[in-house]
Amino acid sequence: MLSVTNLRKTYGSGGQAVEAIRDLTLTVDKGEFVCIVGPSGAGKTTMLKCLCGLLKPSSGTVTLDGAPVTGPPKEIASVFQDYSRSLMPWFTVQRNVGLPLRNRYRSAADRAERVATALDAVGLSGFGDRYPWQLSGGMQQRVAIARGLAYAPEILLLDEPFASVDAQTRADLEDLILRVRDDTGVTMLLVTHDIDEAVYLADRVVVMSARPSVVLETVPVDLPRPRDQVTTKRLPRFAELRAHVLTLIRRTALDGAAPTPDQHSTIGARR
Amino acid sequence: MRIVLRLLVPVLLVLLWWTTSAGSTSPFYPPLREVLAAFQESWLFTRLGSDLVPSVTRLLAGLLIATVVGIAVGAALGRSRLLMQALNPAVQFGRSLPGTALIPISVVLFGIGDGSKILVIAFVCLFPVLLNTVDAVRGVDPHLEDVARSYRLTPAQRLAFVLLPAAAPQIFAGIRTALGIAFIMMVVTELYAATNGVGFVTLSARNSFDVPQMWAGTVLLGLLGVALSALFLVLQRRVLSWHIGMTERN
Repeated sequence: MLSVTNLRKTYGSGGQAVEAIRDLTLTVDKGEFVCIVGPSGAGKTTMLKCLCGLLKPSSGTVTLDGAPVTGPPKEIASVFQDYSRSLMPWFTVQRNVGLPLRNRYRSAADRAERVATALDAVGLSGFGDRYPWQLSGGMQQRVAIARGLAYAPEILLLDEPFASVDAQTRADLEDLILRVRDDTGVTMLLVTHDIDEAVYLADRVVVMSARPSVVLETVPVDLPRPRDQVTTKRLPRFAELRAHVLTLIRRTALDGAAPTPDQHSTIGARR
Repeated sequence: MRIVLRLLVPVLLVLLWWTTSAGSTSPFYPPLREVLAAFQESWLFTRLGSDLVPSVTRLLAGLLIATVVGIAVGAALGRSRLLMQALNPAVQFGRSLPGTALIPISVVLFGIGDGSKILVIAFVCLFPVLLNTVDAVRGVDPHLEDVARSYRLTPAQRLAFVLLPAAAPQIFAGIRTALGIAFIMMVVTELYAATNGVGFVTLSARNSFDVPQMWAGTVLLGLLGVALSALFLVLQRRVLSWHIGMTERN
C-alpha cells in the first residue's frame, strides 16, 4: 500500500518560493487502479516525483507498505510523459528494457528472457533490435511501458503517458494498460489531465485542485469491468462521473485552490 | 559521378603543380617529378618504420592520454559545480597557453625523447576534449537522469550507460578538434628537438639543401593528415551510428 500523508512541496525559498503542493493525502491499495486528474499546472508531476522518491517533499510523508520512501524504491517503476526523452536513443529497444534489470539479474540470459516477456506483453515482439527513434510515438511509449513491466514492480506510476500520441493510439494504449493490469495485478497510479481517460481506466479518481494543490475529492468509479472503449463510454453512469469530475476541475481552474479540501465527499459515489 | 566530382579538383591541382614546376630552374621549386622521386626513395618504404611510425605513435599516444584524462576530468567537472569553480581558473590558464611555448620547458625538464613530446601533445589536446566533455555532461537531458535514478542504476551505470553516451557526440567533436591540434604539435615538437620523425626528416632535408626531400616530407604530412582525419570519421561513424541515424531521421 502506498500512502501519502499531508504532502507539501515548495520550490525555492523566501519571497521567490512557489508552493506547488499544499496538502495531499491519499492512499493507493494493492492492485488498485487510481487516476489523478487536475488542471494544468496543478503539480501533478511534482507529486509523482515525490511518490517515486525523485523529489524530497518539503513536509509530509510518503510510505510504501509502512516504510518511508526516501529514494527511488525497487517496488516502483515509472513511465514518464515524454517517451522521446525517457528512452536512451543509443540503445536498442531490448537494451532499453533490459537496462534496469542489470542489478536484478546477473545472467544476461535471464535478463533477455524477462525483456522478451515484457515486449511480448506490449505487443512489440520482433522489435527488440530496433532503435527507439525508428519507432512511432505510440510504439516508443509501449517500450517505456515494457521497461516498467520488466522491472516487475508492485506499483507502476504513469505520468501523463499518453499525452503526446494521437487519439487512436491513445485508446489502444489505454486498453493495453487495462489488459496488463488484469494480467499482472500490478497497482497502477496514473496521472492525466484527460477526464475521460481517468474515468475510463480507474477504480478511483483523485481530483486535485489548481496550484497550490490539495485533494478536492476522491471519486470512486463504479463502472463494470472489463471496460470497453465503446460500451463503457456509452453508459449513462460514465457520463455522470465524467460530468462530476469535469465540474470539479472547471471550478478549481477558475477559483484556484480550495481553502478547505473536502476529501470525504461522497457526491460521486452512488450508494 | 560523385567520385569523379570529388577527385576533379585535386587532380587539376596536381596537374597545375606538375606543369608549372616541370621547367622550373629555381632550386627551391623543384619539378614535381623530382619531388615524387624523393618521396618514393624516402617514404616507400625506407623511412616508414624509422620516422613515420614514431611520429604517428607519439601523436596517437598523446591524443589517447588527452582523451582519457579529458573525459574523466571533464565528466567530474561537469557534474560538480564546486569542482568546476575551483579548477576553472587553472583550466582557462592552461588552455590559453600556446602549445608551442611549452616545448622549451618540456625539453629542459624531460629531454628530447618520446615522453617529452607525447606530454606536450597530450597537454595541448587535453583542453578541447575536457571543455567539450564538461559542456556535454552539463547538457544531458535531466529527464534521462530521472529515468536512471528511478530505476536505481548505480552511479557507475549512470555514467557508462546514460551520461557518457549522451555526451558522446559532443565529446567526439572535441576529440576531432584535438586531432588537428595533435597533428600540428606532432610536427612542431619534431622541428624543435628530435632525432626522428617526419617533421625532423623534413627539417633536416631543408638544412642540407635537399629541397625535393623537404617537399616530399611536406606532401607526406598532407597525406597523413587526410588519412588520420578519414580514419577518425570511420571510427566516429561506428561509435555514433545511433546519433547519425537519429539525426538523419529527424
